[in-house]
Parts: sequence; structure tokens; C-alpha cells
Amino acid sequence: MSMIKIKDVIYEYLRKNELGEVEETVQAVDGVTIDIEKGEIVAILGHNGSGKSTLAKHLNGILKPTKGAIYIKEMDTKDEKYLLDIRQTTGMVFQNPDNQIIGTVVEEDVAFGPENLGIPTSEIWERVEKSLEAVHMTAYREHSPNKLSGGQKQRIAIAGVVAMEPECIVLDEPTAMLDPVGRKDVLDAVMELNEKKNITIILITHNMDEVVFADKVYVMDHGKVVLKGTPREIFSNVEVMKQYGLEVPVATELAYWLKKEGIDISTNILTKEELVEQLCQLN
Amino acid sequence: MSIKLEHVTYLYGQGTVYEKYALKDINLEIKKGDFIGIAGHTGSGKSTLIQHLNGLEKATSGKITYDGQDIYAKDFDLDGLRMKVGLTFQYPEYQLFEATVFEDVCFGPKNQKLPKEEIERRAREALQLVGFPEELYEKSPFQLSGGQKRRVAIAGVLAMQPDYLILDEPAAGLDPIGRTEILEQIKKLHEEKGIAVILVSHSMEELAKYVDRMIVMNQGEKVFDDTPKKVFSHYKELEKIGLSAPAITYVMEELKQRGFPVRTDFLTIEEAKEEILKVLSRKSKEGNNA
Repeated sequence: MSMIKIKDVIYEYLRKNELGEVEETVQAVDGVTIDIEKGEIVAILGHNGSGKSTLAKHLNGILKPTKGAIYIKEMDTKDEKYLLDIRQTTGMVFQNPDNQIIGTVVEEDVAFGPENLGIPTSEIWERVEKSLEAVHMTAYREHSPNKLSGGQKQRIAIAGVVAMEPECIVLDEPTAMLDPVGRKDVLDAVMELNEKKNITIILITHNMDEVVFADKVYVMDHGKVVLKGTPREIFSNVEVMKQYGLEVPVATELAYWLKKEGIDISTNILTKEELVEQLCQLN
Repeated sequence: MSIKLEHVTYLYGQGTVYEKYALKDINLEIKKGDFIGIAGHTGSGKSTLIQHLNGLEKATSGKITYDGQDIYAKDFDLDGLRMKVGLTFQYPEYQLFEATVFEDVCFGPKNQKLPKEEIERRAREALQLVGFPEELYEKSPFQLSGGQKRRVAIAGVLAMQPDYLILDEPAAGLDPIGRTEILEQIKKLHEEKGIAVILVSHSMEELAKYVDRMIVMNQGEKVFDDTPKKVFSHYKELEKIGLSAPAITYVMEELKQRGFPVRTDFLTIEEAKEEILKVLSRKSKEGNNA
């Protein structure tokens, strides 16, 4: 059974002018089919306006497809009776941590999700403790969230989702507003959740260095999936990536330019270690 | 022409348990025509610092002068200073509010009480400077893409014709194309109009590529103030305070450690490529001679 099945999904919205008249119909998602297995890390790349965030909002039923269907563990997102189950299965983390935190104390904020699930108090505390531990924020449980850094707040937001014990977490540009350390901490926390709890991760980003760890990558452009493959397959195509307005990891790009200068080097390089290894052999 | 900070200290929550130095004994001079980058992890004091440059925050102690005039003096024209030192905050698109792009950009000069023709002339010029397409002037700013909204917000500051432009993370959250476009536009403004630019950024690549001088803040103190090349050569210290060097620096360092004889003080992929090619061709010549 696949974790998430996205089948021929089209999402249309109407752009209206000031008078409320329809100016045009926009297909934000245009015929996307993706299968995601339990425990996978999937990255969705694309420039602003490519449809990736719209697609993400379909994964826990915030948006419903105009055509096609989405199944979360075989539950159709269009079927109202599954909505609670779906939201419990798939948690969402958004870009701006300040828009996601509601509690005045860290532990209260993390407890908000499980409270709404109607879980007994003793278990709520247990979950809060485990979730904070999972993102290495236990030391801050009695702090006020507004005194935390962006990366710390984002990890609290993730803990809040983890406390609902989802099988899948969708993160929509979770590091876009963070400094380098905050980025690394958040990403490490996400990877650890995947490794230790086998939580399926769907990471939406345009930071190429975050994509290297994914099992599969989908590149979106104009609402369509235009490339799919492993990070290595995707990034080896530097020119195509640039054409879609995306970058590739630094090591890949350097290898690409060296190759163009006639140096005998593979363009299948992802990390600096691989690049250094190859160059040292030439030397 | 300069903005000069002498022993500037800013303490917040003074007298409470949260008392904390946001700025500690900062000495700094920014000259007209500079292109400066400010880096520092979240909470390092960079936002507090830039808010001092146009008098939005008042230092707990120390002195700030604009062209030699004390900005805290009773008769100093603070409103005038804010026209001369333009500031855009993070996510400036949230500050747009008028019904059309053009009106939004007119807001600043309107407050300067200029004649109508002058207001419109300036708004038009500012929008042209940021490369905003004319056919969208009458659109609502809320119908625009993220990158376009940023341009409108920056144009709104430019319309006041500042001598200094402070930008807090102008490219954050934009995709690679959007980032490059907005930064190139800023660079052009600096080159063509001679506006001093102070760029706050989390992206070491961005700073390496664009600025002439880089200031690094940590816990309210200025820890580096030098060319990007010199600052990034201290990358181990930068890591300790939550920053890093551009990714390419690490590639070069690793190469050197593995016995590949490259210099490592390069900040862009282009420079790194040239250096590697140089080393490889030197090697092949030696090989031929042997």
C-alpha cells in the first residue's frame, strides 16, 4: 500500500478582478501523478509559482483536486468522513514559524495537536516529552516561544506535528526564513524523524543542498512534473535545471564547468567529497 | 558624507530580568557609495543595528552622527534623516497597502509634501530603477508575484531618493531566479546612482558575490569588519558563531587538505574553476617535461 497516491491531479482556480469578474482560469496543478511509499524522503522542487505549494496543500486535504484524486493510505481526500484521519496521518509544517505557533509556553504549543485529538492528559504529556526530545528542544519546554530563534521555533512547530504521531510530514520551505545553523538543525531533526520513526517526509524547497538526501526528487514547472528521479539523476542535468530556474549543488556545478573546459570528470557528482576524490585522481 | 557610530550600545529590557545587550560598543563608519554586507545569526543584533542607522531605535549610550551632525541633538531633523536613509524590512511585501502599485510607491514622496508632478515623476523613476514593467503600474500590489512585490516595496523607498539604502534580507524566500534578479538590480542601483547599500543577509554566497565590505555581528558585538575575502578566511571562527563560508570555500579547503595544491581564498565557482584549471595545467606541463 502506498502512503500517498496522487493521481492525475488538476487544480484550477479563478483569478478575479476588483469587480469580482473572472479574469482567467489558472491551472496551478496540471495533471500530476506521484506515488509515495511509506518511509520515503521525497523532495519537490520548483521556482515560485510552479505549483509545488498548491500541490502540498492537497496532501492533507486543505485543498481538494478539481480533477483527479489523492489518496492518503487509500483514504480519498475528497471524502469528508476521512478528513480527521487524513490530518492525523499527514502533518504540515509551513515556511513562517511565527504563523504556526499559538501557545504561550513551548510545551503548551506542542500539546495543542494531541489535545484536539482527545487524548488522555497523561498520554499528552508523554507525547509532548517525546516530541520535544525528537527535535532536541526538551531544554526549552517551559520557555516562551517568542524568545526563541527562527530555527528553534521551526523545530517547535515540527514537534507540534510529531506529537500527533503522523506517518507522514509535509514541509513547505521550512528553512526559507532561517540562518545557516537554524537550517541545519531543522533539516537534521527532519532526517532523524525519518530514520528513527520511519516517518515519510515530503520536503518542498528551492534549496538544492537540502535535496541531496532525498530518495526521489520531482521538479515542477507550470503545474506539471517535468523531471523525476534520484537527486543524482536530476542534478546531473545542469542545463535543464537552469532552464527551469533552479540551481544545482555547488560541487555539481563546479564539476559541470570543469567538464566544459575539457577536464575528464564525471558530471554525476553531488557532494564535495565526491568532487575532491575525482580531482585528486586527476592530479 | 557618512553615517558614523561611536561606542553605540543598546540595552533592551533595562531593569528587568530580560535585560540584554542588543548592541555593545559599536564603532562604525558607513560612507556614501559603500556596498556593505551585514551577517550574523538570528539574534546577533543586526536588525537592531540597522534600525539605529536611521534613528528608528535610540541608542542607550554612544553617539551617532550623520554628515557630522548628532542625530540625537534636539534640533536634528529625524524625519529628514529617514528620507535620506531608506530602510526596507524583511518581507517588505507585507508593508504594501495601497490599491495600486503606483499609489503605493507615491506614498513616501507624498509624505515629503512634494508637488504632485514631482511625486509622480519620482514614483515613475523609482519603478523604472527596480525594473518594474510599466503595464503593471495600475495593478493591485496583491496580485503580483513575490519578486515583483519586493521590487515595489524597494521602489517605495527609492522614491524618497535616499543616499543610503538598507535592505534586510531582500532576497529571502525568493527562488534562485528571483534572488539573482533583485540582487542584480540592487547592484545596478549602487553602481549607476551611487547609492550606498547596506545588505543584511543569511546567504554567504550572496555576500561573497556582491558586497565590498562585510560586517559580522555576534551577541551584539561587531566581530569582523573587512573585505569578504578576509572575513571568510576566518571561516572556522564564523562557524563558531553560527555562520559559515560560501560552500565553494569548503570544496577548496578539502582539496588542499587532500594534497591538491590549490589556493583556497576564492568566493565564487568561477574563480575556483580557474584555480583548479591552473593547477591541472601546471601538472600536465610538469608531466610532459619529466
